[in-house]
Amino acid sequence: MKRKFRIFRYQPDKDKKPYYKEYEIEIEDGWTVLDALNHIHWYVDGTLAYRRACRSEICGSCAMRINGKNRLACKTQIKTLGSGTIKIEPLPGLPIIKDMVVDMDPFFRNLEKVKPYFIKYSPLPEEEQLQTPEERDLINEAAMCILCGACTTSCPSFWANPDYLGPAALLKAYRFIFDSRDEGGKERLEIINDRNGLWRCHAIFNCTEACPKNINITHYIKKLQNLAVNNQF
Amino acid sequence: MQIEKYYHKSDALVVGTGLAGLRAALALADAGIDTITISKVYPTRSHSVSAQGGIAAAIGHASDDSTELHMWDTVKGSDYLGDQDAIEMFVNEAIKTVYEMEHMGVVFSRMPDGRIAQRRFGGHSRPRAVYAADYTGHVLLHTLFEQCIKKKVRFFNEFFVLKLILREDGVVSGVVAWDIRNGGLHIFNAKATLFATGGFGRAFKITSNSFTNTGDGLSLVLREGLPIEDLEFVQFHPTGLYRLGILVSEAARGEGGYLINGKGERFMKRYAPEKMELAPRDVVARAEQTEINEGRGIDGKDYIYLDLRHLGAEKIKERLPQIRELAMNFLGVDPIKEPIPIQPTAHYQMGGIPTTKRGEVLGDGKSQVVPGFYAAGEAACVSIHGANRLGTNSQQEAITMGRITGLAMAEFVKKADLMPVPDKAVEEAEAHVRRYLEGKGSVRPFELRERLHEIMTNKVGIFRNERDLTEAVRQVRELEAEIPNIHVEDKGVRFNLDLQEALETENLLVFSEVIAAGALNRRESRGAHYRVDYPKRDDENWLKHTLAWKTPEGVKFDYKPVVITKYQPQERKY
Ligand SMILES: Cc1cc2nc3c(=O)[nH]c(=O)nc-3n(C[C@H](O)[C@H](O)[C@H](O)COP(=O)(O)OP(=O)(O)OC[C@H]3O[C@@H](n4cnc5c(N)ncnc54)[C@H](O)[C@@H]3O)c2cc1C
Ligand code: SF4
Ligand code: FES
Repeated sequence: MKRKFRIFRYQPDKDKKPYYKEYEIEIEDGWTVLDALNHIHWYVDGTLAYRRACRSEICGSCAMRINGKNRLACKTQIKTLGSGTIKIEPLPGLPIIKDMVVDMDPFFRNLEKVKPYFIKYSPLPEEEQLQTPEERDLINEAAMCILCGACTTSCPSFWANPDYLGPAALLKAYRFIFDSRDEGGKERLEIINDRNGLWRCHAIFNCTEACPKNINITHYIKKLQNLAVNNQF
Repeated sequence: MQIEKYYHKSDALVVGTGLAGLRAALALADAGIDTITISKVYPTRSHSVSAQGGIAAAIGHASDDSTELHMWDTVKGSDYLGDQDAIEMFVNEAIKTVYEMEHMGVVFSRMPDGRIAQRRFGGHSRPRAVYAADYTGHVLLHTLFEQCIKKKVRFFNEFFVLKLILREDGVVSGVVAWDIRNGGLHIFNAKATLFATGGFGRAFKITSNSFTNTGDGLSLVLREGLPIEDLEFVQFHPTGLYRLGILVSEAARGEGGYLINGKGERFMKRYAPEKMELAPRDVVARAEQTEINEGRGIDGKDYIYLDLRHLGAEKIKERLPQIRELAMNFLGVDPIKEPIPIQPTAHYQMGGIPTTKRGEVLGDGKSQVVPGFYAAGEAACVSIHGANRLGTNSQQEAITMGRITGLAMAEFVKKADLMPVPDKAVEEAEAHVRRYLEGKGSVRPFELRERLHEIMTNKVGIFRNERDLTEAVRQVRELEAEIPNIHVEDKGVRFNLDLQEALETENLLVFSEVIAAGALNRRESRGAHYRVDYPKRDDENWLKHTLAWKTPEGVKFDYKPVVITKYQPQERKY
């Protein structure tokens, strides 16, 4: 079957402005958008740039905008995209390096601000710290985040203000604050309890809809907001 | 064209940010050593993130397990090619590694009493796999990345290492890398350099490996005239999604999944009556391929079924959620309702850069350490896995050896001097990139890759023979001869994926000859290496490690004895 792709092209050091280029290729049943991009890159146009690594929905490299929605290219089956031309663009709100490749550094810098690591002050046991399955369940879903950036770059609050920590960083904060073993909750909450943190989320749910791992991000941000209001630390 | 050059200095340099590289970087940071890490992808995109099933340690939470049993299973699994001194050290350190990772915050799955849970895995005689559902690699890698952020490790992400700097006096003093994002050559000068560059699965058509697994580290080492150990041992994992090779973790069988042929039969009873589906991977993959070759695939085709239906919806959702999602999305099959079509997939490299038990690279493959050069993880060969790796032993090796090697490096840099980078090395690296950016060839990188895939899959696969392997060696050499003719379409310096693929294709071609020639050379069957024409293990002639060098005339071999301490080789039955 033949399908048309309308792909965003831009090399900031060469092109005056971005443009779209159309490619029509023969696709096979079961192909994902990533398969199509690879095919174009290998056989049609070697100058096309995009990121990919695992091709199995777990490394977070291939988030891009497909038909106007942030998604993983390797997870998106072409047959789910209707029959029209498929439009492929980079994630919005981040500087473009080339074509679908955006500069993820601002995204990672926001992440670093929330102390995105396990903190323990009391002495550790010789063996493991105990954690019941129920305690683990609280953070299991949040720990599945693959740092793809689909959520943060789908958020109007982030587009309006790149200093906003964004859903991914807040989710990471949640993952540690609600970890029964962690002792850095209070210091993390102080960081995110801020205009550019928790309170810039207006529950628009774009992030939750964009998340390829189906993480209910808005719900967790809500839980953090409640915690901050009740100041339970 | 102008190619900018940038110079960096550090005490330690870590190439690769998978489990091995990040754990080493952390050990170095903890020791207060100034460390730079380089990776061709952002750290959390490293292939380790795909690991699913678990990490082995005899913590005995679900059985009467012991380190002795772990050692015995690993030795037997390796078909007696694993070095027993290394394995003994490994099984002991493994326990420490698991608790240490838990202390860093890993969300391991738990038992009702709050202790770490364990499950069964192939070739392990006890439930020994510590896990986090079926995304264990993801949580381990993210946790190490988080800890590296905490310790302020310096990352150079999206830099492609082109050249290992091996000086004429035999000392390694860093690497030369290409900045993928902006272009330009970066010269990293260091007292100690670690290669934690991962595996080589992308040499094969059907593979579980990510696009990044192009064995770059191996080829960089071979180019400098250093040897590689035991590369003929390639692990084919029994359960890759049909046609795609995407992995269905062995955890699926660990939790009780069945393998079913076209006659609806649990065929493993004919190959491993006792262990059935949980025999080691070499045994299961061969059994599967035999069923397929003899016409007992599903509808006589080249796949069989992995049936999980009897496990029930709840267990599948709780323990194997990622696998369910992958099967549904990629094959449209819900394992709760239907069996999953699967076939063997190229998965893991048992061999690699020869090292000591402290990760020091051996320049002669045997006893001579290359000052300043280290290797760890899948890229290295200690050898813990011998001729066949047991599932869950490799994440364990990556982290454990990452730590041990990082500590060895920390010790080394405290007394070593920084040795300058010879101009020649930089010139060579520059010429290498220029050849692609300025030259005009006629063959596209992917064309060569596809031809390589055909050769490796059809002739250097699960079942091997003299005729095919002889052909394969000749054909791979022919492809190699085409390297100067590779055509890179993209002539820009910014995120030039085409350039990267050309460099990676070149690397695939360089080491693939060593796999094929090694397989041709080893006239016996052991572990994952199976010769139809020599179907028996031959301890008299082949109980030894292969060391291989690239020469213009072809691959040159030498050997070293296997270290045997506790367990004498005996017949391997499951
Ligand atoms: C799908 C799958 C599932 C698995 N499941 C399990 C499991 O359940 N249990 C288990 O024990 N093992 C498992 N394994 C094996 C295990 O995951 C790997 O062996 C292990 O993670 C390898 O780690 P590593 O650190 O050596 O390399 P990797 O994680 O592969 O990292 C390699 C690093 O090197 C960098 N690199 C490579 N070349 C260059 C270059 N030229 N320039 C710059 N950087 C470079 C890469 O960017 C990357 O950061 C699995 C493997 C696969 C494929
Ligand atoms: S929360 Fe979801 S969308 Fe956001 S970075 Fe994580 S995986 Fe991606
Ligand atoms: S390539 Fe890894 S998530 Fe798509």
